Amino acid sequence: MATVIRSETHPAIGSYEEVNHDILRLLSRPGRSYTILLAVTIALVITMFTAWGVQIVLGIGMSGLRNPIGWGVYITTFVFWVGIGHAGTLISAILYLFRARWRQSIYRAAEAMTVFAVMTAGLFPVIHVGRPWLAYYLIPYPNQRMIWPNFRSPLVWDVFAVGTYFTVSATFFFIGMIPDLAAARDSAVVPWRRRLYSILSLGWRGTNWEWKNFTRAYLYLAALATPLVLSVHSVVSWDFAMSLVPGWHSTVFAPYFVAGAIFSGLAMVLTLLIPIRKIYGLEAYFTPRHTEAMAKMMLLTAMIVSYAYACEAFVGWYTFEAAEQHGGYLLFGATGEYWWSTWLMVTCNFFVPQLLWFRSVRRSFAAMFVITLFVNIGMWFERYSIIVVSLSHEYSPWMWNQYRPSLTGMLIILGSFGWFLMWFLLFLRLLPAVSVAELKEVLPAPLRLYRRPRAVEETTRRPPVRGRGTEENR
Amino acid sequence: MSAEAGVLAIFGELDATITAIERLRAEKIRGITVFAPVPRHELEHALHEPESPVRIFTLVGGLTGAATGFALATWTSVDWPLITGGKPIISLPPFVIIAFELTILFGALSTVAGLFINARLPRVRHEVVYDPSFSAGKFGVHVAAPAGRENDVKNILRESGAEEIRERPTEVRVGST
Repeated sequence: MATVIRSETHPAIGSYEEVNHDILRLLSRPGRSYTILLAVTIALVITMFTAWGVQIVLGIGMSGLRNPIGWGVYITTFVFWVGIGHAGTLISAILYLFRARWRQSIYRAAEAMTVFAVMTAGLFPVIHVGRPWLAYYLIPYPNQRMIWPNFRSPLVWDVFAVGTYFTVSATFFFIGMIPDLAAARDSAVVPWRRRLYSILSLGWRGTNWEWKNFTRAYLYLAALATPLVLSVHSVVSWDFAMSLVPGWHSTVFAPYFVAGAIFSGLAMVLTLLIPIRKIYGLEAYFTPRHTEAMAKMMLLTAMIVSYAYACEAFVGWYTFEAAEQHGGYLLFGATGEYWWSTWLMVTCNFFVPQLLWFRSVRRSFAAMFVITLFVNIGMWFERYSIIVVSLSHEYSPWMWNQYRPSLTGMLIILGSFGWFLMWFLLFLRLLPAVSVAELKEVLPAPLRLYRRPRAVEETTRRPPVRGRGTEENR
Repeated sequence: MSAEAGVLAIFGELDATITAIERLRAEKIRGITVFAPVPRHELEHALHEPESPVRIFTLVGGLTGAATGFALATWTSVDWPLITGGKPIISLPPFVIIAFELTILFGALSTVAGLFINARLPRVRHEVVYDPSFSAGKFGVHVAAPAGRENDVKNILRESGAEEIRERPTEVRVGST
């Protein structure tokens, strides 16, 4: 019998054809529970837009924002979702450059998460500005009065960074998917799917020259996305660090934010993929090796974030200035009126990840699922602590105030999770959720060496062959 | 493609495909197109392909982006000179951020343009040489216009281990109805 050589990273996958079968079968009519879940997310999206509509009609006061707390849960959630996106690019681009061969089976889903997370994040500045119909003022465009944005302002940097990030990650996502869309096209049976994948796959055939240009383009896109992802959250952090607000004006912010972003993003990848693995039977594609690798990166970034907490607390204390000590979100946050937020952050982001030191925890899907839920919560409250605690206690004590998130704000945030999940659910059933072509790169190629010789079948003067799933299945 | 559409061989194994390519090249037969479900360096080496020009697109796009970023920020600042915070009108450190972001943006978009131009995508013709098994697990070698050497080509492909050999493999439809 033929020798069977197994992949080191994905030993349970037998052949190239098996990959196509396992992955492309997801592109079919979904079941009842999927439909119900999708309906729930759509309901949440409707809730979000309704709450936003109420805020537009009645005014930005509905958000609970008032002086001096001009930034509240919207900017918190913006930073949260931008951060979530970072793990997707880490897995798809940075680990690609590092040739981490386990990434192949999960990077597509992580990359989709990036695109949808940035789409979600992009809503929040627009919601936050209060008059969304003037949001185009952010973009430099030639106008009659020749008024341009101030390029010395961090908020304009943010527009460029997040805009570029969305464009590049969406491009990278789509370009990487072209060969898989061709595979989906070739096995699609339902006419509308066949037509959809035909258009999206751009007539890809997998010729040597297509592959040559494709692999080079993919490499350069990865090389461009790598510095980009590190820059995006740095620029987001400079929205804070460039201002003279106690607790914000700190050089540690860029690495602190980037580490936090990767930390939270990896947590979100695991939160999404662990149930998907179970529901869709992708055990061969998402293994304890994956959770272990991601858990190690989470542990590293959790330690960086915790170090930044310690720095913040130390600097706040060491300046010996009332505003830094009160406004510095860690010192004051831990004892002041926002103590619950700060302690949630420290518990979820420092204490809970200590469990990741244990190999058995890192390789347990159930444990990782629970831990990543904690991390998701903790990272949202980290941003909440940074923004709200500092703004409540700036340098002028007569301007101190408290902030309570409003019902409108909370409904919009809840709805944003629905918005994100709605896109992700649609992605799961409409696009190949695991990269069919790239996974084959880490599988052993079928070789003649392994097989017994067999007869060659020659068919000459054959009538034109129609693709599988065209004529007979139409 | 018309009557001289050539010969298409379908292979189940990578090493057989490479043997076929090497033997065809040794016989000085040109017009080889290889189909594969996955990019393999072995195929690239066997074909002795030239380097892809996409990297030039990436470089030029990136440099254009950097220049555009600096130019945009500088020109708009000079166009309405307004001193804020005692900073110079042309403040290079913040402009680096704009230039950096546009380097990435233009570089990425022109990489995509380079891919599309060089790989001839999107391909709108449906009637091309292809077989749907190439996106699943099979390799293909198509030899265009063997010019009287059809039998040589077929023999090489068969001896190398082709699972199936088709003459005039035209009109396989890629894509929709």
